[in-house]
Amino acid sequence: MKIGIPKEIHAGEKRVAATPETSRWIKKLGFSVVIEAGAGVAASYVDNAYREKGVEVLDDARELWAGSDIILKVRAPEFHPALGVHETELLRKGGHLFSFVWPGQNKELMEKLAARKATVIAMDCVPRISRAQKLDVLSSMANIAGYRAVIEAANHFGRFFTGQVTAAGKVLPAKILVIGAGVAGLAAVGAAGSMGAIVRSFDTRPEVKEQVESMGAEFLVLDFEEDGAGTGGYAKEMSPEFIKAEMELFARQAMEVDIIITTALIPGKPSPKLITTGMVESMQEGSVIVDLAAEQGGNCALTEPGKIVTRHGVTIVGYTDLPSRMATQSSQLYGTNLRNLLTDMCGEKDGRLTVDMDDEVIRGATVIKEGKITWPPPVPKLQATPPPKEKLATAAPPLVQEQLEKRSLGWKIPVLMAVGALLLYGIGSVAPPAFLAHLTVFMLACFVGYMVVWNVTPALHTPLMSVTNAISGIIIIGALIEVSSSDKLVLGLAAFSILIASVNVFGGFFVSQRMLRMFRK
Amino acid sequence: MTEGLLTTTYIAASILFILALGGLSNQETARRGNIYGIIGMAIALIATIAGAQVTSYGVVVVCMLIGAVAGIIVAARVQMTAMPELVAILHSFVGLAAVLVGFANYLDTGKHFAGAEKVIHEVEIYLGVLIGAVTFTGSVIAFGKLSGRIGSKPLTLPARHWLNMGLGIICVWLGFVFVGAENANVGLIALTIMTFIAFAYGVHMVMAIGGADMPVVISMLNSYSGWAAAATGFMLSNDLLIVTGALVGSSGAILSYIMCRAMNRQFLAVIGGGFGTGGENTAGVEGVEQGDVVAISAEDTSQLLKDSKSVVIVPGYGMAVAQAQHSVFEITKKLREKGINVRFAIHPVAGRMPGHMNVLLAEARVPYDIVLEMDEINEDLPDTDVVMVIGANDIVNPSAQTDPASPIAGMPVLEVWKAKTVVVMKRSMATGYAGVQNPLFFEENTRMLFGDAKASADSISGSI
Repeated sequence: MKIGIPKEIHAGEKRVAATPETSRWIKKLGFSVVIEAGAGVAASYVDNAYREKGVEVLDDARELWAGSDIILKVRAPEFHPALGVHETELLRKGGHLFSFVWPGQNKELMEKLAARKATVIAMDCVPRISRAQKLDVLSSMANIAGYRAVIEAANHFGRFFTGQVTAAGKVLPAKILVIGAGVAGLAAVGAAGSMGAIVRSFDTRPEVKEQVESMGAEFLVLDFEEDGAGTGGYAKEMSPEFIKAEMELFARQAMEVDIIITTALIPGKPSPKLITTGMVESMQEGSVIVDLAAEQGGNCALTEPGKIVTRHGVTIVGYTDLPSRMATQSSQLYGTNLRNLLTDMCGEKDGRLTVDMDDEVIRGATVIKEGKITWPPPVPKLQATPPPKEKLATAAPPLVQEQLEKRSLGWKIPVLMAVGALLLYGIGSVAPPAFLAHLTVFMLACFVGYMVVWNVTPALHTPLMSVTNAISGIIIIGALIEVSSSDKLVLGLAAFSILIASVNVFGGFFVSQRMLRMFRK
Repeated sequence: MTEGLLTTTYIAASILFILALGGLSNQETARRGNIYGIIGMAIALIATIAGAQVTSYGVVVVCMLIGAVAGIIVAARVQMTAMPELVAILHSFVGLAAVLVGFANYLDTGKHFAGAEKVIHEVEIYLGVLIGAVTFTGSVIAFGKLSGRIGSKPLTLPARHWLNMGLGIICVWLGFVFVGAENANVGLIALTIMTFIAFAYGVHMVMAIGGADMPVVISMLNSYSGWAAAATGFMLSNDLLIVTGALVGSSGAILSYIMCRAMNRQFLAVIGGGFGTGGENTAGVEGVEQGDVVAISAEDTSQLLKDSKSVVIVPGYGMAVAQAQHSVFEITKKLREKGINVRFAIHPVAGRMPGHMNVLLAEARVPYDIVLEMDEINEDLPDTDVVMVIGANDIVNPSAQTDPASPIAGMPVLEVWKAKTVVVMKRSMATGYAGVQNPLFFEENTRMLFGDAKASADSISGSI
């Protein structure tokens, strides 16, 4: 099948759906690849680089769309200003389209695509489960966005991030609050931290605390119990009480911090308004807010999507195209995600695409199958993180056991003592004194052994066994005592015992010594 | 040598044996401990041979020479990976010697006892032979299982507990016949039959125990060989044998207890057998998505290791089988030269006998201060960059903590999944001895390096 990569037409979009490198891999799957002239230029991939990898370069977009069975794109199809026609009209009837689609927000587009009898794989709909991580464009783009958000913030924040003590005086480090510790949030935490800022982060899902802390930031905790983990690795919408407590936390933080980066998204819904006008007013002059949720309406009340505005002395960055601002690498990551998906869908490497609707991942990503809208998919079965009940399971059993042991020991000790006393009484009343002397020695030796062996370090358990084994060759003494008997049979038995017991004595000590010689510091 | 001198040398030998065990409490004094043991044994032997009871020196010298030469040759040649087998077969010698000495003592007509003394003496003979016989065949079977001559799967006969109990009852009844026997022939027949029953019991007991429980079995047999020596000591009224037997017996018992605790199992359940039946106990993993495993190449593994700051290596029986300890230490050395903190984490039941892994690492000259026990290292694992699991399975299975239905639930395990990345070196996706699937392999931060542990370790070491 033929794969076509048109030039992105969305204003300001610099990414391209395939790099020369990913094209080469796609060709290995048996597909032929054609790209529109200049499609990769904005991402620093020139046409010749594609040609070198055996990709055909076409000047005419219309021809490219018409000639391709599969179209790889970044942005969802939209009205083509140069050709004067909507991109869906260019898509071949019954063709395949891989791109961002956002089916929840783009009902009209979905219908248009369905009318073309197309099969549409929405890269934004890939289920966020472990297995599909290599296909997850939301993660790979969010990672870039998070990093870029810090760079944008640094650019508009006229101060150092890191604190310094210089001959000319002290410079305080910047304080940064990152709201939402998803992929973008964590990337921002990492980038800001490595530039030397003091980073704090908040998320409604308490289980990300460890992740935040592992990136070297402080995790802010609400004095309020509610788990915000929803399905698919996203947070869910919280109760009004929780939101109230949360807003109070943000209000306090807004007065302290210099930069706020917000990344709070709830899938299929407008993003929550977390930073109110009041909070912006309370921030210091020269502070910066970067709102990564700008496209879905923004987490800050004053965000204007796609623009940078200054309100009450605070710069609010509302860029919606942060990944596109690092087009080379975001194209590379997006292209690799696409290539992985194509690899999964073309198991035979024969250049033919199979849309396996039984595969949970493919099922989730396929929003239109041969003209039939298949979105939304059935609810995914798994949460991205295991449910916390496991912690309970691990904590509970030992406790129960301990209690049981205590209870059962309670009556066992007196009973055992009584049995022991009776036994001793019984033996004492019938046994001859010589036997009792031996018994005394035996019991004491048992206890000495018990005390001594507990101190042996586990590392030496094998040498301990070989030493005790050698020592138990002491049974040779028994054989020696018998060996001088006049009875030939007794002599034979004893002689053989001496033989095998000496194997034990000599072999046991020798191997122990050999083993112990190896232990060294 | 007078009786009094003999007794005092026995006291000296006993003390030296106790010092020998005491010396093993740490690595610095361990070698000295072994030398105390050798000295103790030497003076005990010399004193006994010089004593009044021994007159046929020729036989003694010839037998001891043959035994010594055989013992030293075997001990000098044995591979450190084969230590469990060696220990098992040596135990069997003690058991057999106890049986033979018991018979010899019964047949020896030189001594006469009467009344309670006679009863006690005969009970002592009977017990000595019984324990010795069980130790003998049990150890032989253990040796067979450990060296692969007998399959390590447990043999579960129907109604095996009833069978054991029946054998036990017959032994007790035969004991009454033996003690009450009017003439020596009846007694001898009873003793002989009992010996064969005890042989059968020893075989059956160890056959029923799975490969994973071998550390317990070995320490249990160790304990038995001690009790057999102690019973012989009672029989011969010899305090040195009693003391030594008791020391060895209690040492083995404690080791068995430690091993059972490390596997969170009841001692009786292990002896009852039937654990580790492979495939029987897989119910615990149902309903959990297994997911994909992510394979990794040896080159990528070495890159991963080079990029890390701290590495923990978890060896298991697979490392022993592949004889990979030297290659693993090569890796360790190279990483340590780069300033990477490399440590080893040893689970108490890793391998086939207590402390098996420590011996192998010591053989490869791994310094013992970087070899840590489970409790010492578990809390460090979350801060570890890479954990390399080499041929271990059940001891790193998270379902011991998370899945109450798992057959290994509650067993303490090394929490390797908390580390940033786990590389599992494994021959295939087969389950461990417990027959339980391991969710660790499907964790997001786990990478599987398939292949023979030695070959993999060599190629990792080659590309560092």
